[in-house]
Amino acid sequence: MSNSIKDQFPVFRQNADEKPIVYLDSAATSQRPESVIKAVDDFYYKHNANPHRGSYQLGIEATEAYENARLKVASFINAKDPSCVIFTRNTTESMNLIAYSYGMNFIKEGDRVVITILEHHSNMIPWQQVCRAKGAKLDYIYADKGGIISDEEIEAKITDGVKLVAATHVSNVLGIKTPIEKIIKRAHEVGAVAAVDAAQSSPHIKLDVEALDADFLAFSGHKLYSPLGVGVLWGKRELLDKMPPFLTGGDMIDSVREQDATWAELPNKFEAGTQNAGGAVGLAAAIDWIESVGFDKIEAVEREIYDYAWAKLKEVPHLTVYGSDKGEHYGAIAFNVDDVHPHDVATILDADGVCIRSGHHCAQPLMGHIGTSSCCRASFAVYNTKEDVDALCASLLKVRKWLGFED
Amino acid sequence: MGLDQIYTQVITENSRSTEHKHPIDCPTHSHEGVNPSCGDDIKLELKVEDGIIKDAAFVGDGCAISQASTSIMIDLILGRNVDDAKRLASKFIGMIKGEVTDDEDLEELEDAQAFKDISHMPARVKCAVLSWHTLEKALNDALDQVQ
Repeated sequence: MSNSIKDQFPVFRQNADEKPIVYLDSAATSQRPESVIKAVDDFYYKHNANPHRGSYQLGIEATEAYENARLKVASFINAKDPSCVIFTRNTTESMNLIAYSYGMNFIKEGDRVVITILEHHSNMIPWQQVCRAKGAKLDYIYADKGGIISDEEIEAKITDGVKLVAATHVSNVLGIKTPIEKIIKRAHEVGAVAAVDAAQSSPHIKLDVEALDADFLAFSGHKLYSPLGVGVLWGKRELLDKMPPFLTGGDMIDSVREQDATWAELPNKFEAGTQNAGGAVGLAAAIDWIESVGFDKIEAVEREIYDYAWAKLKEVPHLTVYGSDKGEHYGAIAFNVDDVHPHDVATILDADGVCIRSGHHCAQPLMGHIGTSSCCRASFAVYNTKEDVDALCASLLKVRKWLGFED
Repeated sequence: MGLDQIYTQVITENSRSTEHKHPIDCPTHSHEGVNPSCGDDIKLELKVEDGIIKDAAFVGDGCAISQASTSIMIDLILGRNVDDAKRLASKFIGMIKGEVTDDEDLEELEDAQAFKDISHMPARVKCAVLSWHTLEKALNDALDQVQ
């Protein structure tokens, strides 16, 4: 069945008649619509130069394209001050920027940092590093086996002495939305700074940094229909202003003498070296594309697919679906086929053109918490259809037979 | 390549075999091998006496390819001397890399020849070679001790 959204993604046109790509790994990286690919092409065809450097026409155009992308991102996340929008490579780099620039300088011995058990390694290991270096303690907010975090757990873990709370908005494994609003509110009650990993929520939920009242928020362009290699960190100005640079070098300075230097104003202070202007242009085009579809439609389409997939997967014999029927879910569903390693499941599904992720999903502590060492993950974006889910389920029925089981 | 070339009877049966899947008494050497991207995690234990692999077994979990490969490898190396086992490991890894292709040359790998086609599957190469790399590392320790 033709789908007007899927048709806008060139990757799905290949072998569409013989063996269509059933792409269920958008939580790892999304596909890109044609308008994004064309916008990136257009930048390199017509406007390419090093932004912030050349005083010639092309340099001015490149700077404009790059800075317009920043304005677009600011508006997309409802950030009132675009200079608080910093381009990075991805969420991992954004989190490391917070950890190394804020954490290493403002977390002290004996302080506590709190994260959740649902975190991706990118919002876990930087905090392990900070806590080890500074003699601080890393505490976890635990979810139940279904991924649900209780109010009591938030109140029990975020207490006096906690200086920073870093939490994901949506789990990259279970797809469950965390009570991020409550986590941020509680963090502020005890005087802690709150950082939000929005990598998995940004494609599915309209972000609003004002309404969330987070202190930092990070996401990746490539999960948001943009090119690889561009990400965003937004932070409150009063924090960003007092933080030292993360990386130093070109374009992040005010003036340089032989033995020292002074830093540029935001956002340049945090954007050392030549930036991925083509990526930023692609991200701006992706935001245009998302807004042309509209979050109302995105949420409606994805809700229907997610609920359909959840119900269908529960009917597949010999399948364990992780997570809870309760709670708000976006994007990802995790499961295992009895007696079959996820990597084998992924190989067998691939033979039918079904692309899923297998492994620990960069969330090893969560794997242990839900009682497995690895699992399969199907994840959805707005271009997916019920036919994709049907193809997944049909392929899953074959898995155990390939491994020599009778049913 | 087709799934029937990967999930052959030799591989699926060995992947479920528990014959060599247990800790051993008083191992002289052990080494843990991990594929972090996919979660294969095995601990290989060896009992080497007078340069001979007298006992070998493994614990851990992983995909069918890694489990079968480990089980078949242990069948092959039990009772061999350390140099011989190292030579076979090198030949197996050469086969998976596509560097050793001569069927006659590969014959001594016995059931482990079943993994030859994995060389065409980049996503699964690491699974097939995990136990053999782990063996090499364990045996290098063994050699250090012998010398």
